Amino acid sequence: MKDLREKIREISKRYPDMRSAIMPALYLAQEKYGYLTREAMEEVAEILGIPPVAVYEVATFYTMYNKEPVGKYHIQVCTNVSCMLLGAETLVDHLRKRLGIDVGETTKDGLFTLSTVECLGSCGTAPVMQINDTYYEDLTKEKVDEIIKTLKEEAS
Amino acid sequence: MFEKVLLKNADKPESHRIKTYLKGGGYEALKKVLKGYQPDQVIQIVKDSNLRGRGGAGFPTGLKWGFVPKDPTVPKYLCCNADEGEPGTFKDRQIIEKDPHQLIEGMAIAAYAIGANKAFIYIRGEFAFGARRLEEAIAEAYEKGFLGRDILGSGFDLDITVHRGAGAYICGEETALIESLEGDRGQPRFKPPFPAVKGLYNSPTVVNNVETLSCVPHIILKGADWFRGIGPEKSPGPKLFCLSGHVKRPGVYELPMGISLRDLVEEYGGGTRSGRKVKAVIPGGVSAPMLPESRIDVDMDFDSLAQAGTMLGSGGVIVMDESTCIVKVAKRIIEFFHHESCGKCTPCREGLDWIDKIMKRLEGGNGRKGDVELLEDLCNNIFGKTFCPLGDGAVMALRGAINHFRDEFEYHIEKRTCMVA
Ligand SMILES: Cc1cc2nc3c(=O)[nH]c(=O)nc-3n(C[C@H](O)[C@H](O)[C@H](O)COP(=O)(O)O)c2cc1C
Ligand code: SF4
Ligand code: FES
Repeated sequence: MKDLREKIREISKRYPDMRSAIMPALYLAQEKYGYLTREAMEEVAEILGIPPVAVYEVATFYTMYNKEPVGKYHIQVCTNVSCMLLGAETLVDHLRKRLGIDVGETTKDGLFTLSTVECLGSCGTAPVMQINDTYYEDLTKEKVDEIIKTLKEEAS
Repeated sequence: MFEKVLLKNADKPESHRIKTYLKGGGYEALKKVLKGYQPDQVIQIVKDSNLRGRGGAGFPTGLKWGFVPKDPTVPKYLCCNADEGEPGTFKDRQIIEKDPHQLIEGMAIAAYAIGANKAFIYIRGEFAFGARRLEEAIAEAYEKGFLGRDILGSGFDLDITVHRGAGAYICGEETALIESLEGDRGQPRFKPPFPAVKGLYNSPTVVNNVETLSCVPHIILKGADWFRGIGPEKSPGPKLFCLSGHVKRPGVYELPMGISLRDLVEEYGGGTRSGRKVKAVIPGGVSAPMLPESRIDVDMDFDSLAQAGTMLGSGGVIVMDESTCIVKVAKRIIEFFHHESCGKCTPCREGLDWIDKIMKRLEGGNGRKGDVELLEDLCNNIFGKTFCPLGDGAVMALRGAINHFRDEFEYHIEKRTCMVA
């Protein structure tokens, strides 16, 4: 397997300027470490040959970089208008009860983190949630239960 | 019947593969351009077509390309805006996932026209699947010689890189997008200079939306007159409309520009799923002021909607039936803008913070007498005073709600509860 340094070096070749590779590099670091620790950000800075502060600034600006650990499955429910009109709030309540956590929290077993997010660009199939990279669309409570069950089985 | 243009391949099996695209006449426009046209001729054709940007502002595409200096010694860049973050919008995703080669071909033609040898697709981070699709399609295009060095023996080189955003709506704004691509926080830059003169890495840069670029191959093959003949002459072409909310048949509909909003909602969308009456419609993503049902006999094009006091924006049509609390919708929209404000300028950062607080207490039944007037004051202090159009978008949306549904706001304050609950 290629190490982080190699991967980042490779991706930075696609840009006229190394600094442009910060965002893809942060994704790669997040993939490796699960979330972006201070050390991970410093490593990225060192590999790209830029000051660490430039990397912190970017990492903290964008919501998709996790500065705290998240569960194995990061559930992100869209609550913007189109999803709200079709019951996103009820789904969030349902998930809170079902998982026994509040929005922003992670289950004790480290499996699930629950977040609410802005529009996912999938409003035609609202309500929608994203778990890690995968979209789940046209949701109902029953569908949500099914998804959680499947993920739990997958994890055990 | 209108024949689909942008979505003509979308329902084919394996529509995203280059095989399918080539069978449907794909990359013929690029061949035509590289064989027979000078860059200036391409720009002229796009100008003649009256194509206007589909990303929200409706700026004439050919005119924008024409602003790029001709100096062959400076590098130039093309950026495809695939940030698709305006709530209510999900059209670019269709093109990206179902017909990525259409976009790649459009980008190749645009890059040739402006003299760029390097292009980026800035795609919102959440579209991980779409980003993979694009990477695969780009690899296919390289393999067939439609990208890379000396494309089709023309001497023209082009590389395309997919760049994933990471969850900031503001990066859809073109100068913030450029900052983000350079590896900075996505905060807008002052204009002028405009990106066409000084953009990415301080070089001339064109930023165009996915749908805009996807129109280009069709214009080249079928001609500017054909394109200008679809819908209103000043705002023509096929258009992707996104229907969502309480509508019975949500989805992306490709129709001629200028179709009536009522037809879009009632004929195509089938009215509301509950059978209740339509109460209001947002015609162009949440930045666009909503229209009450009594005003939806309006044509869906840039100029007609501007005249109606709202905008076509990104073409995101959100339908609300009579059970909808407008105050709650307005509160949610403000919450969105407040959350996405990049913090660079005071009117937007501080102003939206205030508005957000007032909307929360108002919606929650703790509104105070005079809150509506206070909101209007705050709006006046933001509108036209912000560094980028995000702040204006928030204000326009809220003003739209207050103007058409003032009684509902007042009711919330007086009765401490919702009018429709
Ligand atoms: C806050 C804000 C968000 C925007 N988001 C997008 C977006 O997600 N996608 C897009 O294409 N344009 C977006 N735009 C418009 C771009 O700034 C720019 O006008 C557009 O990409 C130009 O392409 P076009 O001429 O092809 O429409 C946004 C503008 C603002 C002010
Ligand atoms: S208007 Fe808002 S988003 Fe735009 S620059 Fe100012 S603070 Fe940032
Ligand atoms: S509003 Fe939920 S995906 Fe757009």
